[in-house]
Amino acid sequence: MAQDDPFQIGFIYVGSPGDYGWTYEHDQARLAVEEHFGDRVETVFLENVPEGADAERSITQMILGGADMIFTTSFGFGEATNAVAGQFPDVYFEHATGYQRDFPNVSTYSARFYEGRAVIGHIAGHMTESNIVGYIGSYPIPEVIRGINSAYLHAREVNPDVEFRVVWAYTWFDPAVEADAAQALIDAGADVIMQHTDSTAPQTVAQEAGIISFGQASDMIQFAPAPRVASIIDNWAPYYIRRVGEAMDGTWTQGDVWEGIDTGMVVIGEMTDAIPEDVRASAAALRDAIAAGEYHPFTGPINRQDGTAWLAEGEIADDGTLAGMSFYVEGITGDIPN
Amino acid sequence: MIIDPVTLIVALITVSTPVLLAAIGELVVEKAGVLNLGVEGMMIMGAVCGFITAHHTGSPALAFVAGMAGAVALALVFAVLTQILMANQVASGLALTLFGLGLAALLGVGYSGLPVPAIARPFPEALRDIPGLGPIVFSHSILVYVSIALVAAVWIVLTRTRIGLVLRAVGENHDAAHALGYKVVRIRIAAIMFGGACAGLGGAFLSVVRVQNWIEGMTAGAGWIALALVVFASWKPWRVLLGAWLFGGIAALQLRLQAAEIGVPVALLDASPYLVTIIVLVLISSDRRRAALNAPAGLGRVFHASS
Repeated sequence: MAQDDPFQIGFIYVGSPGDYGWTYEHDQARLAVEEHFGDRVETVFLENVPEGADAERSITQMILGGADMIFTTSFGFGEATNAVAGQFPDVYFEHATGYQRDFPNVSTYSARFYEGRAVIGHIAGHMTESNIVGYIGSYPIPEVIRGINSAYLHAREVNPDVEFRVVWAYTWFDPAVEADAAQALIDAGADVIMQHTDSTAPQTVAQEAGIISFGQASDMIQFAPAPRVASIIDNWAPYYIRRVGEAMDGTWTQGDVWEGIDTGMVVIGEMTDAIPEDVRASAAALRDAIAAGEYHPFTGPINRQDGTAWLAEGEIADDGTLAGMSFYVEGITGDIPN
Repeated sequence: MIIDPVTLIVALITVSTPVLLAAIGELVVEKAGVLNLGVEGMMIMGAVCGFITAHHTGSPALAFVAGMAGAVALALVFAVLTQILMANQVASGLALTLFGLGLAALLGVGYSGLPVPAIARPFPEALRDIPGLGPIVFSHSILVYVSIALVAAVWIVLTRTRIGLVLRAVGENHDAAHALGYKVVRIRIAAIMFGGACAGLGGAFLSVVRVQNWIEGMTAGAGWIALALVVFASWKPWRVLLGAWLFGGIAALQLRLQAAEIGVPVALLDASPYLVTIIVLVLISSDRRRAALNAPAGLGRVFHASS
């Protein structure tokens, strides 16, 4: 690479930057990288890349087009990322929410979204009157299951009668299906909607139904003060800037980063006036305790759904179990689809 | 917990409306002998144009007109390519989808999350509150009634009027229709524009009424389902309505089964509309005479006046 050439960074998105959710935040981080490094970098991105064989082709094309570093920003890009990484040992790869690091030039990074889920679960437990919280899941993978468990545990902590109903949309991004899923949950009696999908469509349905919801991945502040009463924001910019800087300096090494509220990778968006003041205060206290490392959202005693013990009194879940979590905790009534 | 049939039916009607509108338009296009695979592209153009207009004017009626106009503009590109320049319809249709998705994304930049006016419902509160019947029959947005009326209108025109006869003649045998003095190209262009208007209306319904937001790629394959639906319905208008409700019903039902925590294999339910389409295809193609009765004989063939 000639000295004057800008360092080219490619981004592979599963959705579109216009989703105002997951991909939007990754794109904001891309723009932050551009702003931070100015002319020294050049970024390219591909949107709506399907998870699977197409992803491999898209990544390869980007590299042949001159990319020196690749961020693949969805769980389902894992195999494609590693397959391409093996062929291009000089290119740096960063795979979001993944676990596969088959080659030394692949790093994975994720955020401890479950910390945010604990806070909004706490709010949901207080706010629900029907005691039914509707949850729109994308795919039954550990990241999503972990979020459901965390939200449920903290809702139940403040409201022992709370029930969670989970609908799997089998998509990260399909506004119509997400809206239908929200409606189905509302028809089933839910008065609080949580989503683990990328678009704002469920917010619109919640607004129409007069119930509450939480911003997901992005602040979704346009739906505040209600239905969106708080949000979990993914803030990727500091990590992206740090890693791009390391790659340019040649100090980049393989890593597996999993950061949460403490480093600011997970941010709780503004809690609106729709939440009673005491609940806002207790939610903020929970957030601060997690940030300070005084409290872990998965602290025993916690049983698995089938009643067997998982964590003893005071025991804290280890990252390995959390990363591969494929079971519900006790009290959740549904089944995880195979 | 048992699923409430009333909310299920209300949901399935809402879910099926965009696809129904697009499919009934495509049915007319295919009856005229043209295969337009650009339904998805036209729908998303309708969605973006409708949303932008709804946001700026605050008028849902104008939004629907703009949605139709945007999609018709795209349909005209297809009409010029396939009817005047005699390009391959399959390739042109696929290109139209790709072009429409890209153009809509470009037009929609900055519009995500902006407010749109609420859609008035045509029937008064008192009617809507009748238990059972009220929500099912009277609770919908005006476009839902329009879409069902459109199915009836298409059926009447195709089977009971001279215009319908001419349109079908063009679709069955364009050389014969031409020999009789009918303007094959003009009739087909008109049909393509009608198909575009319907697809655009379906797209506008999606963005302005159902999701009330513009999100890139929001049609997410609805146009392809509309195309499958026309085949499923073996080119008969009422069966399009039935098929749309069946497809929409399965989609709405599977989400409710999940919400009610009834253990059904979701993947199987999700796939069932496509399985049914395949079964229907096998059935209608097993009897060659019946298949010939249904599929327009000139579907996808290029018309050249001198040939």
